[in-house]
Amino acid sequence: MFDFSDVTTPLHAFLSRLLGESLAVVTECVLVAVALISIYAVFAMIMIYAERKVCAAFQCRIGPDRVGKWGWLQVISDVLKMMTKEVINLRQTDRFLHRIAPFLVVTASMTTFACLPWNKGAQIIDFNVGVFFFLAVGSVGVVGILLAGWSSNNKYSLIGAMRSGAQIISYELSIGMVMLTMICLTGTMSFSEICQQQADLGWNIFRGHIIALPAFIIYLIAGNAECNRGPFDLPESESELTAGYHTEYSGMDFGYYYLAEYLNIVVCAGIAATIFLGGWAPFVVPGLDGFNEVMSMIPGFVWFVGKTFFVIGLLLWQRWTFPRLRIDQILTLEWKYLIPISMTLLIGMALLVSFGLTF
Amino acid sequence: MEENEKSICPETPQPQPVQEEKKETAPTDKSTSQPTAAPTPKPAAPRPTPPPASPAKNEIKPEVVTPEELHERLAHLKAEGYSLLENLTGTDWGEEGMGVVYSLTNPETFDMTHVKVIAADKETPYLDSVTDLWDIANFYEREVYDFYGIIFLNHPDLRRLFLREDWVGHPFRKNGYEESNNPEIAETDEPISDLAVKYTLTPDGKLHKEETPLFAEEDYVINLGPQHPSTHGVLHFRTRLEGEIITKIDPHLGYIHRGIEKISEELTYPQTLALTDRMDYLGAMQNRHALCMCIEQALGVEVSDRVQVIRTIMDELQRIDSHLLFFSCLCQDLGATTSFLYGFRDREKVLDIFEETCGGRLILNYNMIGGLAYDIHPNFQRRVKEFIPMMRKNLKEYDDIFTGNVIFQNRSKGVGILSKEQVISFGCTGGTGRASGWHNDLRKHRPYAAYDRVEFKEVVRTEGDSFARYMIRLDEIRESLHIIEQLIDNIPEGKIAEKMKPVLKLPVGSYYSAVEGSRGILGVHIESKGDKMPYRLHYRATGLPLVAVMDTACTGYMIADLIAIGGTIDYVVPDIDR
Amino acid sequence: MAIKKNPIIDNIPHEEFQDNETLEKLVEELNQNGVGVVVGALDKLIDWGRSNSLWPLTFATSCCGIEFMAVAAARYDMARFGFEITRNSPRQADVILVNGTITTKMAPVLKRLYNQMADPKYVVAIGGCAISGGPFTKSYHVVKGVDKIIPVDVYVPGCPPRPEAFLYGMMQLQRKVRVENFFGTVNRKEQDPYKEKMDEQYVELLKQQEEA
Repeated sequence: MFDFSDVTTPLHAFLSRLLGESLAVVTECVLVAVALISIYAVFAMIMIYAERKVCAAFQCRIGPDRVGKWGWLQVISDVLKMMTKEVINLRQTDRFLHRIAPFLVVTASMTTFACLPWNKGAQIIDFNVGVFFFLAVGSVGVVGILLAGWSSNNKYSLIGAMRSGAQIISYELSIGMVMLTMICLTGTMSFSEICQQQADLGWNIFRGHIIALPAFIIYLIAGNAECNRGPFDLPESESELTAGYHTEYSGMDFGYYYLAEYLNIVVCAGIAATIFLGGWAPFVVPGLDGFNEVMSMIPGFVWFVGKTFFVIGLLLWQRWTFPRLRIDQILTLEWKYLIPISMTLLIGMALLVSFGLTF
Repeated sequence: MEENEKSICPETPQPQPVQEEKKETAPTDKSTSQPTAAPTPKPAAPRPTPPPASPAKNEIKPEVVTPEELHERLAHLKAEGYSLLENLTGTDWGEEGMGVVYSLTNPETFDMTHVKVIAADKETPYLDSVTDLWDIANFYEREVYDFYGIIFLNHPDLRRLFLREDWVGHPFRKNGYEESNNPEIAETDEPISDLAVKYTLTPDGKLHKEETPLFAEEDYVINLGPQHPSTHGVLHFRTRLEGEIITKIDPHLGYIHRGIEKISEELTYPQTLALTDRMDYLGAMQNRHALCMCIEQALGVEVSDRVQVIRTIMDELQRIDSHLLFFSCLCQDLGATTSFLYGFRDREKVLDIFEETCGGRLILNYNMIGGLAYDIHPNFQRRVKEFIPMMRKNLKEYDDIFTGNVIFQNRSKGVGILSKEQVISFGCTGGTGRASGWHNDLRKHRPYAAYDRVEFKEVVRTEGDSFARYMIRLDEIRESLHIIEQLIDNIPEGKIAEKMKPVLKLPVGSYYSAVEGSRGILGVHIESKGDKMPYRLHYRATGLPLVAVMDTACTGYMIADLIAIGGTIDYVVPDIDR
Repeated sequence: MAIKKNPIIDNIPHEEFQDNETLEKLVEELNQNGVGVVVGALDKLIDWGRSNSLWPLTFATSCCGIEFMAVAAARYDMARFGFEITRNSPRQADVILVNGTITTKMAPVLKRLYNQMADPKYVVAIGGCAISGGPFTKSYHVVKGVDKIIPVDVYVPGCPPRPEAFLYGMMQLQRKVRVENFFGTVNRKEQDPYKEKMDEQYVELLKQQEEA
């Protein structure tokens, strides 16, 4: 199995020799930041393109196909346009908060993006309380959304932001609960250890079997709601609130919301892949040594990205199938169904673990 | 072969090979139209009874009452069972003064009676309001006030309905209206008043105006529209919210008011036809059918059987087209974008059929006074026959992807419930009325064209909620397919257009005809003074009652429900504003 | 030097378009003073981006709106050109397709929508009504052409135009966008139409707050 620390450790040693310890760390930080932002941008483009093509396929259409071959330059032209578009400053709004809100959203999504374990040894943020950190940073985004709604001085925005606040904060509960269930199984909150464990013992979704599978489904539902994606796209439900909390944003400020929306899906899917589907761990079947050998040849980040896109596919599928829920139905679903179920799952998992019924 | 000898039952259509049906040119003489190539006699729907050419069977002879006894008389008629105010036409009769024709209908038997009243005062005419008898009178009277300046006493909210509140004058008045008083392009934003105006008569016979606020100072009012994706056009709802709950809706109309009725007064009868398609563009065939039928009946022209059958088929295709768009837009409004595209995919097939015969996709211009513009295309029957099974199959697909969806069911069941009394009082015809258990299909109750000789079910449900309204439309597509199936092989031979005089002049009188449009009863009221142009042409818009009922239907539900209710009530804004 | 030649878009060859003269004249005018090499190249890149990403505002008043929906639907699929992201908020839209009749009452609303859009913004007048009032020119309540209210870039005649005409009109708009100069002319700051009025209101508001 390819270990990314084989690359980073010599690099660190080399830089330390060249620049001294502290300067080396600064240089590495810059390098990592550049790498992170570029991967972020690349993933955003892939996501936007994928969504447009996938939804076209669902809808008996072709989708973008004129800009570049198969329309693959479409997103680039969108980005160019967005960057050169005017950013409108509104009168009688809180300008500082209005401008800062999209940055908060995009920062939150970027930081959570940095938590993803791409490969063995290739993880930017890795704490022993990684899961906890992820949840904490992820909820900064909702502040941005609330600020956007409040500072826009627009009634639609305000309603959208209020919905968003109610929705995201509620669904964070069941996400936390489901993660707790899985932490109960793994016994660690560090993403890298969770992955390592799954590489050694098998994917969590198989290890936790009857508890992990419903937990996975609940995570997908709640994660989808966290990303404000259909059928939970109430905060920006275009047929009711024109564009919800970002109604008044134009140009690149709007672009940040757009970007963050798509990246949040990647993050949501990536965490699902990490916690339930083994992260970068290859698919192995005990006993089939030849098969396992071949599987292990495939590098970890391929596994990780592959699993992430599998989950993204699931999310896109249901995004383009279901109609939108109503706000009271969303809250009912969360408080009356998902939270009780996930609490039960937590207890069930505790029982499984304590009786040694996991694999 | 004489027409009345063809007596093959229409319920059992016999499929005919396509190449045998040579109907590209309409034969002028029926006796020579024996199809020589056909081995079997062509099955044709029998004409029930050849009606005598009685002139103007749709002429109405309204009972004239004085303004003083108007309210009492109407209340009496309502108590007698005429509890539907189907139409209300304001007219400026010039010398006689301004007045109103009330068209009342019995919602069970569909008998009609008409009451005419002329206001005494010619400068500031006033009449008693009947808003206490019928809810829909509220909007109808506001419309008349807007057009003619007739003041309705005790009307709770007598503002203008269509024109800007700072509009000068009343454009439908025959004299005294100066067009130059109003700018073509308004420079300023419209001053939207928050005051409801009520006029009462003081004991000494003077008008007293009182103003009450529509919304309180601390109310949270949001404007849905005029530019809003879910109002299906430029409609403006001022919505008062309590959290997410709607407590009041004040519809604001007129953003697409083009004054079609006023323009028509300066056009000859054949010219007026051009504007009908643009009113309710999803019922282009039916609108035009209504106007043609009204003029033909007024002239005493009897169109051929072939025309009747083709008109019926076209009306039903149009209904399918409209209901498919209804389905698509509802899905779009509820966030199910994929179903939206499925609906449009199938709608294109209907448009293909239209395009081949009529040349247009949306604005069809097919019906003419006395017949049709052109004969059907040779491919018409084949394509329709291909379309029917395909549509049946795809309806199942809709059920799979949307109707059965638990989210949709939760969002539509028990939402926006309208009782039967409410829909009758508001005059909500069409699917909206039928969803509340009111049998109001004019195709059954006042049959016209070829509807009396086809077998179909009047789809009625009793729940009155959004889901019922949705299901009605889908079931009506099935019924329409069934109707077309019966007729498509039985299109009789005949003239496609009667020979009409070059200049048409309707006899003096008032005429009213109605058809079942895609969204309800579409009526045409013509006042003629014997000219080649209508003195007054009024359409009973299907959409106006549907918008009027929105306040009642939405109060107590959420903003998201407003979208679902508006979507299922299915109004088309240019039809409301005309 | 003028590096701008005729705008080329991928879909139809330049020669097959109608009315190339207007565009050629426009190019000539724009290039009167020559174009710098670097600036010209950057302009081209930005114009390429903008022309391929024209997001329409969901705006429809009557019949043409239904045909617009048909253009967005499966058979005509304007997503092929990258136009499918219709924005409901004017702030985020690039082009306003005036689908249908504009009445006297609607005119201020349309104007405000146009003002709310962020630069660069384009206007396409769809259908006879938007171009000249169409069949309703005689009406007392119809604006005879939206170009009296807002500047129009492309006119698409028809009543309503066929979806193919929509796409053709959008391609014409693309060509027009392709010859723009980003550096210098297009992103000029327009005079704020509401400035005086709003400032007055704002001052009053401040006064009221002070008093309170």
